[in-house]
Amino acid sequence: MSALLQAENLSVDIPVPGGVLHAVRRVNFNVNQGETLCLVGESGCGKSLTALAIMDLLPHKARRSAQKLSLAETDLLALRYRQMADIRGNQMSMIFQDPMTSLNPAYTIGDQLMEIFLRHRKSSRAQARDRAVFLLEKVGITAAGSRLKQYPHQLSGGLRQRVMIAMGLMCEPALILADEPTTALDVTIQGQILHLLADLQREFQMGMILITHDLGVVARVADRVAVMYAGQIVETGDVHRIFESPLHPYTQGLLACVPVPGKIGRNKHLHSIPGIVPAPIGDLVGCSFRNRCSHTMDICASDDQRLKAPALARGYRCVLDPEVCRRNGQMVAA
Amino acid sequence: METRALPTLQEISGPTPGQRLRRRIFGHRALIIGAVVLGLIILTAVLASWIAPHDPYEQNLTARLLPPVWHTEGTWTHPLGTDRLGRDYLSRLMYGARVSLLIGFSVALLSGLIGTAMGVTAGYFGGWADMIITFFITVRLSMPVVLVALAVVAMFGGSLSVIIVVLGFMLWNRYAVVARTTTMQIRSLDFVDSAKTLGCSVPHIVLSEIMPNIFSNLVVVATLEMANAILLEAALSFLGLGVQPPLPSWGLMISEGKEYLLFDPWLITIPGVCLLLLVLAINMVGDGIRDVTVPESMA
Amino acid sequence: MLIYTLKRILLALLVAILVSAIGFGFLFLSGDPAVTIAGESASSEDIKYIREFYGFDRPIVVQYASWLGKAVQGDFGKSYYFKLPVSQILGDRLPVTLTLGACSLAFALLLSIPLGMLAAIRPNSWIDRIALMLSVMGQAMPTFWFGLMLVVLLSVWFPLLPASGTESWKNFVMPTIVLGYFAMPALMRLTRAGMIEVLSSDYIRTARAKGLLANSVFFKHALRNALMPVVSIAAVQFGFMLSGSVIVETVFAINGMGYLAWESITRSDFPTVQAIILIFSLIYLVLTLLADLLNAWLDPRIRVA
Repeated sequence: MSALLQAENLSVDIPVPGGVLHAVRRVNFNVNQGETLCLVGESGCGKSLTALAIMDLLPHKARRSAQKLSLAETDLLALRYRQMADIRGNQMSMIFQDPMTSLNPAYTIGDQLMEIFLRHRKSSRAQARDRAVFLLEKVGITAAGSRLKQYPHQLSGGLRQRVMIAMGLMCEPALILADEPTTALDVTIQGQILHLLADLQREFQMGMILITHDLGVVARVADRVAVMYAGQIVETGDVHRIFESPLHPYTQGLLACVPVPGKIGRNKHLHSIPGIVPAPIGDLVGCSFRNRCSHTMDICASDDQRLKAPALARGYRCVLDPEVCRRNGQMVAA
Repeated sequence: METRALPTLQEISGPTPGQRLRRRIFGHRALIIGAVVLGLIILTAVLASWIAPHDPYEQNLTARLLPPVWHTEGTWTHPLGTDRLGRDYLSRLMYGARVSLLIGFSVALLSGLIGTAMGVTAGYFGGWADMIITFFITVRLSMPVVLVALAVVAMFGGSLSVIIVVLGFMLWNRYAVVARTTTMQIRSLDFVDSAKTLGCSVPHIVLSEIMPNIFSNLVVVATLEMANAILLEAALSFLGLGVQPPLPSWGLMISEGKEYLLFDPWLITIPGVCLLLLVLAINMVGDGIRDVTVPESMA
Repeated sequence: MLIYTLKRILLALLVAILVSAIGFGFLFLSGDPAVTIAGESASSEDIKYIREFYGFDRPIVVQYASWLGKAVQGDFGKSYYFKLPVSQILGDRLPVTLTLGACSLAFALLLSIPLGMLAAIRPNSWIDRIALMLSVMGQAMPTFWFGLMLVVLLSVWFPLLPASGTESWKNFVMPTIVLGYFAMPALMRLTRAGMIEVLSSDYIRTARAKGLLANSVFFKHALRNALMPVVSIAAVQFGFMLSGSVIVETVFAINGMGYLAWESITRSDFPTVQAIILIFSLIYLVLTLLADLLNAWLDPRIRVA
């Protein structure tokens, strides 16, 4: 069956004083109905821009290009502004990172919830209101009726994020994009929100793209994972496989960085990946990770690594044979 | 196509702060244009005694109300015509620039001293000093400036010094507000506390730590107030309660030309354009300074 | 909220008193009011008599207190020139100035807000440049000169509007344009800056992500937040316009408070001038207070604590 969302060679370019910043470089991925794809990577790797590119919400100067970008049967690239606006909030929703600033302080949350329904459905205010109450209860907010009249500043961070999720669900989207939905929240609330998202996704059978830099989040919610680095996807695969046997040196490095209680002896340093993320500006050739990788060879500078697929639904972008990587490349603690 | 390693963000930064500032100054068209025009006007005012074709006070009742040279009846003897007393307009305009500039600079300076002192005091000491000074700022804001200035001039006569003093004592509020806000911001920064713990005296801290940082903001305010003062003097003179005849103030010239509006409109148009150009130039310089120095203060 | 308002009112009254005291003090520094009333040809006996009659021989503080005491009851004394109660004269002239001020503010807002919005939506576009140009001109042009130029244009070359007087609404057109244009730059720049900042905020991104269309995003979500600071500045601008009304009314010979102020100053009509200074500052204070309250009411974060 065909995927819900298909992206082929999606790129985002931003003109900057030094040239052109290739923030997202020819990424390919699919999301199926009912499945959660996690886009993982450090800050600045292009994961948020990828989501914004799908929604066509890029900043003014940025340019999106792709060979294919489709949601179900609809070719998103061919849509005009109005048609795209009809899809946003409707078949496809996005939840943002910071619920404090993502809600308009001047209007009640009821108003901000209802306006989505009123925009996309020919409904009455009463129907919109009922739908809003229904969803607020679904996301676990009590006394939903009276909450509608409240303003964003009157709610706590966790509650606000629940409202954002409810907003995303108002029109029963087929695909939901969540950009670091728990990063701005207290650790104790994070778990609740993730749990909620997972439940809702199952219940409404939505496809979900969840963007995060936190491997803990990935472990909890992902079905499949795509690891991004400097604008490219360097590894994809099923979440269990990725965690058990990561193929790309960067993924291996990331996983090695996660401190596991009991595994690291006293007075041992925590693992880190040396170097800093390069800025993908101008003409780029070669592997982006080579100046931080412990397996770098001459060939890494010249070959534009293709994503290799050693197994079904598994891909990684490195010249190395995964077996060689694992045998020779013990990630020694720095 | 050259292949290169991906550049790190450090490599992209480039020139030194000094070079960047210079580049910004010369790249800022408005600043350059404004500075040039202002410079020309200042030059004209300073050299007026030498370059003016006639004595601005010399009356010639046989050559009254001559039109400028581009009219059919105009002559090159009086390129911009003459006024109702036969005085050469071009010369009066040149000397009039002196009046405007003198008042502009003096008022900007005087009000700057008053306002900065008040603002820094309020911002640095806080507490009662702040409350009292803020109260005075409110008092000043609620006073109708034009009205008070008119009244004072009516009382004490319209000499340049009276105008400078009254405007200087009225236009300090923006300085005070800006100085106060910036001082408060800086005061909360660590290096002021370190100076205090080192035992530096208050005046020393103010002069060496605070002033350099608020200076560029104050310069921008100075340009605004200078423009303000020039326009106010012109308005006062226009209303008859500013500079007194026969001194050539552009506002006064417009007032004198008012009755000939119908047939000799250049009498009011030309001085007005001069005022416009001068104030415009000052504003452009002020905006330019602000644009150019803001990134530095952020750094 | 109530306590805050009361404190503000008290502060405003203090300010007003100080302003009027300063005005009072100034005017008395200027010369002998007795001489002014008596006229030029009066004898020294007449002057002495007038001085005692009006109480000019009392200490200045006492005179001020007495004036203030009567002023709060609405009695501003008698105009030296008109020989009528000042309050009556003010009563005739104040509505004119207030009308002019209100029309000018409306004109300024009608011009600045749309321009500021459009300039912010398309920064550095042609409309942004036009808005910038208008704003720059508005700041640099002498008000009285602009008035005269308009008269030349609209009364002399194209006789469309009357140049002076207060007979009909037509008399108010040019003064409104002149006075309004004076307030326009600050309002436009504020709207533009506020709008630019709001448009880059996260909740606008959310609004777009919800699929809302442009007019919903701009007018409902953005403008509401961008306009909040404009409200307070509008009130302050109105206050400044009162000061500017002195010039504009004089140029166009409109019978308002501003014109009266100029006339009274030239005639040394102290009671009138003192009253006008007080009234102007009170208007400014009331307006800023109202603006603050309006602001607090508009912002749910303040209103619903």
